[in-house]
Amino acid sequence: MLQDYLLEENLPHFWCAGCGSGIVLQSLLRNIDKQGWKREDTVVVTGIGCWGKADDYIKTNTFHGTHGRALAFSTGIKLANPDLHVFTLMGDGDGITIGGNHLIHAARRNIDLVAIMVNNLNYGMTGGQYSGTTPRDAITKTSPYGHIETGFDVCRVVQAAGGSFVARGTVYDVVQLNKLIEQAIAHKGFSFVEVISPCPTHFGRSNHMAAAVEMMRWIKEQTVPLARAASMSPQELEGKFVTGVFENSQREDYSTAYQRVVDRLKGEAG
Amino acid sequence: MGKIRFMQGNEAMTEGAIAAGARFYAGYPITPSTEVAETSAIRLPQVGGVYIQMEDEIGSIAALIGAACAGKKAYTATSGPGLSLMAENLGVAVLGEVPCVIIDVQRSGPSTGMATRPAQGDVMQARWGTHGDHAMIALAPSSVQDCYDLMRTAFAYAQRYRTPVIFLADEIIGHLRERCVIPDPEEIPPAEQPDAIGNLQEYRPYDHTNGLAPLAAYGSKHIFKINGSMHDQMGRPCADPQNADQVIRHLSEKIEGAKDEITLTRAYRMEDASYVLIAYGGTARSALSAMELARAEGIPVGVLQLVTVWPVAEKEIDAALAQVKAVVVPELNLGQFIGEVRVRNRRNIPVVGVNRVDGKPIEPAEILEKLREVMA
Repeated sequence: MLQDYLLEENLPHFWCAGCGSGIVLQSLLRNIDKQGWKREDTVVVTGIGCWGKADDYIKTNTFHGTHGRALAFSTGIKLANPDLHVFTLMGDGDGITIGGNHLIHAARRNIDLVAIMVNNLNYGMTGGQYSGTTPRDAITKTSPYGHIETGFDVCRVVQAAGGSFVARGTVYDVVQLNKLIEQAIAHKGFSFVEVISPCPTHFGRSNHMAAAVEMMRWIKEQTVPLARAASMSPQELEGKFVTGVFENSQREDYSTAYQRVVDRLKGEAG
Repeated sequence: MGKIRFMQGNEAMTEGAIAAGARFYAGYPITPSTEVAETSAIRLPQVGGVYIQMEDEIGSIAALIGAACAGKKAYTATSGPGLSLMAENLGVAVLGEVPCVIIDVQRSGPSTGMATRPAQGDVMQARWGTHGDHAMIALAPSSVQDCYDLMRTAFAYAQRYRTPVIFLADEIIGHLRERCVIPDPEEIPPAEQPDAIGNLQEYRPYDHTNGLAPLAAYGSKHIFKINGSMHDQMGRPCADPQNADQVIRHLSEKIEGAKDEITLTRAYRMEDASYVLIAYGGTARSALSAMELARAEGIPVGVLQLVTVWPVAEKEIDAALAQVKAVVVPELNLGQFIGEVRVRNRRNIPVVGVNRVDGKPIEPAEILEKLREVMA
C-alpha cells in the first residue's frame, strides 16, 4: 500500500499546483512498496531544493543534507552497509549543477543505488534562476534576456561517466515513468533516472506557460521516444527530451568489488 | 606491555583510529596528511573496514556522515584547504548530531600557502569554520603517542556528545617519527559504544529531554530521519522559533556544559611557577624545551599544555592566570588562541605571544627570549 510509505501526517505537501514532484513521489513509493522489503532497510537521501523536500513525506529512514551532496552522503551510507536499499533524490541544481562532480564519480564507481533526478529546468525553490539544464534562450530570473548557455544532456553525461542503468522519463508519461523506476530498482549498480517535470510557477511563467496544463502539454510535445530519435537529425532533436533507457548493462558494483578485496586479504591472512 | 614501534604521527593516527573501532575512511589526499590516507588504505580492508578516496573534501565529509548514520565509526584526514571545503558539511554533522572525526594536519596558509610547511593557522577555522552558532571539540596532539592515544579520545567524545571532533594536528607532529607504544590487543579496552536505544516504541533521534539521545543506525530496527536543516525531535523540518532556539542552544550547551570532562590539559612544573607558557600541538614541544632552558637559568616557569584546544580549558587557564606574573603563548600563527587567554586576564598581567608564520617551527630560544622580555 502506498500509505505504508507515504508520511501522511506531513501532508498537504509543500509543492506548487502543477509541480511534477508529487507524481514522481507516488511512482517511487509505489515501486518501493512492490519490493516487499522491510521498511527499516531503506534509506532515502535528499538534496536541497523543491524535490529535496520529498523526504518529508516518506516513511523510510531518511537523510536530508546539503545542496548538491546527496550522492556523496549516499555513497557513505551504501558502503557502510551494502544491504541497505539507498535512493538518492536530487533536482537538476543538486544533481548536475552544484553536485555534478559527485554525479559523475558515483556513476563511474557504479555505486549500487537508485538516483532519481527531477529536472524542472530551473531553480524552483529560490524563485526561478537558471540551472545547468536550463535550455538555451529560456528566460529565467537570472537570464532575463534569454539564456546564452546550453543545458546539459544529463543522461549522456551519466552514461559517459559509466552509469550502468541510465534512463529518462517525464511526469507526463506516468506509465513509462513507473516502468523506468521499476527497472532502475531491479538493476544492480548505479541506476539513474532523469524525470522531466514542469515548474509552471517559475519556469513556465517566465516562458509563456504559466498554466500547469500548458507546461505539461509543452513537455509532451517536446518529448521524443528513443526509438524515434534514432531517425532524427541533431537539428530536429535540438531542445527535445529524448525518453527511454539509454544504458542497461551489467558491471560489477563498488561494494561487491570492495568485498572481493576484503575477502582476498582474509584468505591471505588466514 | 605492548609493542614499541618507531612510527610517524600520521601513521599512528590511523592505528589509533582503528584501535578505537573506526571502520570507515573517506578522504581526499592533501599534504601533509596523505600518510593517514595511505596507511588507512592498507589497514582498513585488512580489518574489514571501508576506505574510499572521494572526488573532493566536500564529498569526503559527506560520505563520513553517511557512514556514521549507517553505524560505522568514521574518520577522514585533511589539511587547511580541505577543512575549508568541508566547512559546510561540518555543519551537517553539528546540526544533524552525527559523530565523526576529522583529522586536520595543519600546514601554512592562507590558500594553498606552503603545503609542506607547518603552521597552526586553523585554530579559529576549527572553531568557527562552519557557519551558525555551535560548539566544537578540537584535540591537539603533541607527540606520536598522542596521535595514537588521543584518537581513541576523539572517537569517544564524538560518540558521547554526538558531534564532529576535529583532531587538530600539525605538520610537525604528523610527519614526526618517534617511539610509540602500541598496546597489545587484549590491553585495549573495548571502544566506547553508543548507549543502547532499548525498545522505544518510537525512536526520536533528537529527543534529548532525558539526556542526549543515542544515534541509531540505518538498517537497525529503528526508522528515523537525520536532518541537516532545523528539525524537531523526530528530525522533521521545523521552523518554530522556540524549537530553533532550543536546538541551537542545545548544540552549544551539550559541549560547553561538559567542559570539565572534555578539556584535557597537562601541567608541567606549575607547582612553583611564577611564569607560564600556554601552548598546544607541536608548539608545546618548543614550550617544554624553553621551560627546561629557563629552569636551568633559575627562572621559575611552567607549561600549561592544552590537549583540548576547543572548548577552552577555562578552569586551568584561570588557575594559571591567578598564579603567575606573566603568560607567554607561543603559536604558529599570528595569535589565534591568545585572545582566549586575554579575555580571562582579570588581574591584567602581561599576556604576550610568540608567533611565527614563516613556515618554520618556533625555536625554544625564541620563547625564552620573550620570557626574559616580560620579566624585565
